[in-house]
Amino acid sequence: MRLSSISTPFKFGNFKIMNRREFNKSLVVATAIGAGASMGMIPLTATASWPESAFKAESVDDAINALYGTTEAESSDAITFKAPDIAENGAVVPISISVDMPNVEHVALLVANNPSPLAATFEIPTPGPTTVGTRIKMGKTSALVAMVKADGKLYKAVSSDVKVTIGGCGG
Amino acid sequence: MTIKCKAKANGDAVEVKVLMKHAMETGLSKDKKTGELIPAHYITEVSCSLNGAEIFRCNLGPAISKNPYLSFIVYGPKAGDTLQLTSLDNMGKTDSGETVVK
Repeated sequence: MRLSSISTPFKFGNFKIMNRREFNKSLVVATAIGAGASMGMIPLTATASWPESAFKAESVDDAINALYGTTEAESSDAITFKAPDIAENGAVVPISISVDMPNVEHVALLVANNPSPLAATFEIPTPGPTTVGTRIKMGKTSALVAMVKADGKLYKAVSSDVKVTIGGCGG
Repeated sequence: MTIKCKAKANGDAVEVKVLMKHAMETGLSKDKKTGELIPAHYITEVSCSLNGAEIFRCNLGPAISKNPYLSFIVYGPKAGDTLQLTSLDNMGKTDSGETVVK
């Protein structure tokens, strides 16, 4: 049986390799969580789905590239921001993004001048026009960038500057 | 069970509002007394599900304000359905909450 499985066609061999890779990956993640928990460290790789490289990126383009694998996006009028012109307190800036498209799959909110621009990503498995809102921290006056993936296409919208009069990080 | 949430049906669309209690430390600010950096501690993932099936999820970064607020629209749940919300932070702590759609 063993011999025959080795000499089976390429396809089967390929399948086996993939399984082993997946197993190794899960092992690495499990070890990272275990080590982090036992040593009281921060398990940064707690879940595979949190896009760490995108959240750690230091420029808007890097973050977009880490999320979608490309920075090419159409600009769209269907994306609208609701944000204050002047934020008195940068630690709490209410933002909402409305997207009037039929099949919105993914929305990302970035703050251009923050140390790590990516603030949040939203995954919407049920298609339809959507509005997402949250409150964010802004270090200094900055424009907001929204990335929207709808029908497999990437759209981008940039807001006008939100002025911050007090820093977002206690400064 | 400390996530507060409300969901209101408006035709097909259900608007969900979520309020969580969390310090959301960025890891960049300093303790005022000791001058040492406060370690990063923030919610990374929030998920909303209906009868065990996920209908919305989001990944958050440290740029989200303290005691995060989220609002979003989902399609599918009807008035009377119960939505479950769960959150996970970067230290592996989880929290949950649930609400009945009005």
